[in-house]
Amino acid sequence: MNSNIFVIIASSAIFYGTPLFFAALGGIFTERSGVLNLGVEGTMLLGGVSGAWASQHVPGSAWFTVLAAIIIGMAAGALTSTLLAILCVTLRTNQTVAGLAITIFAGGVGLSSYFANIWKVAEAPVDRQVRRLDVFGWADAPVVGPILFNQTILTYLSWVLVVLASVYLFRTRFGLQLRAVGESPQTADAMGINVVKYRYLHTILGGALAGLGGVYYSLAIVPTWVDGMTKGAGWIAIALVIFGFWRPSITLIGAYLFGALQSLSSTLKARNVQVSGDVLDALPFFMTIVVLVLVSTRFAHRRLGAPAALGFPYEREER
Amino acid sequence: MKSPVRFERRLEQPKWLNWAIPVVSLITALVLGAIVLLATGKNPLDVYSRIFERGFAGKRALSGSIKTATPLAFTGLCAAIAFRMGLINIGGEGQFYMGAVGATWAGLVFGGDLPPGAVVIVMALSGMVCGGLYAAIVGVLRAKFNTNEIITSLMMNYLAAIFLNYLIYNSTSYWRDPESRNFPAGKPIPDRADWNFYEVGGIKIPLSFLIAILAAAAIWVLYKRTRFGFEVGVIADSPKAARYAGIRTTSTIVIVLALSGALAGLGGAADVGNFRGLLDSKGLQMSGYGYTGIVVAALARLNPISTVVVAVLIGGLTNAGFALQGPDFPSGLVGTLQGLILFTAVAGEVLVKYRIRRNRQAAAVLA
Repeated sequence: MNSNIFVIIASSAIFYGTPLFFAALGGIFTERSGVLNLGVEGTMLLGGVSGAWASQHVPGSAWFTVLAAIIIGMAAGALTSTLLAILCVTLRTNQTVAGLAITIFAGGVGLSSYFANIWKVAEAPVDRQVRRLDVFGWADAPVVGPILFNQTILTYLSWVLVVLASVYLFRTRFGLQLRAVGESPQTADAMGINVVKYRYLHTILGGALAGLGGVYYSLAIVPTWVDGMTKGAGWIAIALVIFGFWRPSITLIGAYLFGALQSLSSTLKARNVQVSGDVLDALPFFMTIVVLVLVSTRFAHRRLGAPAALGFPYEREER
Repeated sequence: MKSPVRFERRLEQPKWLNWAIPVVSLITALVLGAIVLLATGKNPLDVYSRIFERGFAGKRALSGSIKTATPLAFTGLCAAIAFRMGLINIGGEGQFYMGAVGATWAGLVFGGDLPPGAVVIVMALSGMVCGGLYAAIVGVLRAKFNTNEIITSLMMNYLAAIFLNYLIYNSTSYWRDPESRNFPAGKPIPDRADWNFYEVGGIKIPLSFLIAILAAAAIWVLYKRTRFGFEVGVIADSPKAARYAGIRTTSTIVIVLALSGALAGLGGAADVGNFRGLLDSKGLQMSGYGYTGIVVAALARLNPISTVVVAVLIGGLTNAGFALQGPDFPSGLVGTLQGLILFTAVAGEVLVKYRIRRNRQAAAVLA
């Protein structure tokens, strides 16, 4: 029963959707504060290459190495987005171009590839991986086993995060203040909220989560580093934030949907289903466009729209 | 605590900033790049002098750089023309591919029969139409449904790349060389369809580079001297004001994006006609001209004429990167430098908009 194609697709939807969710959750925090991060793709790749390097070089027991790799990957992501915060918040640059600059600087033909080269990350496999677990020994249970009890620790972490993030955003004072900063920084400032601090912290947090998504790619999905291995996942994550209407729970569902699309190609090929590989490869990108068109209709925008100040630098001196 | 500096909005922007900002941006980027190199145990002076040698010193180096600069000039113009209206078209990459597909088709069909001059025109037009239509899809989605053009244009880059792979690797399409069974490759266009090179003082100038200069001049005229250009400027400054003034914003969005895509498509046509002579799926995808074009446009501050000049500069850097790639000159270095240039170029825009003053009180507290 567990070799049923639907079970396999559901299981890999969660497996491949998890890194998308991490990056998108980071995007939610960043955008809720009013900063648009188009550098997610580059941030993920830098996180991924740092994590891969750590996995190959940090000594100690296997779990310690993997933990260190996760933390180092997140730190790399946080550092990258600190750069974005300096540009967008302090220097008040155009957020779109600043984000693009991050992706070109850090991306598949940029710094992440340079690091991979000088650290010789691609020359050996990343042996110490984030492996799939057998939770309660139920991994072989019919249907639910492979889907729910045979994922990596990071997937279970993401389930905790979706609850924590929702509570933080919608049930705490900090979340309320964060949303205020994203909706109307002038008002928030007048209320005594430190706009700059909120924007910095949440942009950096967003970068750390994107870095975690990158680590997932280099430590859980592909056992060897390949330049540009996220293949557009960062951009899909940005679309997922819009698809999820800036809410963690809806975004998680969206991430699994796209996780399923991304894995469809390899799943079906492995089962000798006769479909064109190109069509399947194109599906996630095509569906991203379709989904974006659907959610940008006026109704969706009025009900569940973007943070009002998203993309605009805050200038206290100006009214 | 008060910040030690404060930003004052400039009331007018002095003219000298127009060239000072890009120059300072470039120097700053090189300094930052030197820090990255030092931190990773490389000698920045050595690396930079080698880039200069391979990219700019001598006739051969300059010929190579102008060759690399040509596609970048087109993708740079593609980005500049759209960014000017506040439309962030980062789909230049995919539009470039589609232009290459269209131009290859025209070259294969007409290359044998038409006189060479006519072939150039047919290929160029075909590339422009394909790139333009591909970008117009993004424009229609933006104009009709208000769909964010940044992400859709980027997604279409991936789709175009998959389409290229399909044409060359995964099908027996018209574009694929039927004799290339084991190592799939594109079908070469007839020799007489190749575009010309001209020699000026020992430096080889491709015909398409001259076309890029003409295109830049045409865009300059369009934006500075026509009613359409004026309307684009109004929309960029305030879409609301434009609508009240009776400017048709939706059709302008589609037209500007189609023009932008047509320029990238023309670059794709040049790539086939002047340089590769066939549809090279892998080569196109490895070059990343569309993304580098964004760096070019930003450093040129979206001015079409400067875009061509900057393209030669960045083309030299890219060209040197290709030539030097090896253990001493890791891949990714050129991309990193380009990213840094983009950073400093955006940060430089701050100096155009604001005057940065020291905060007297805060300085006193710090002292």
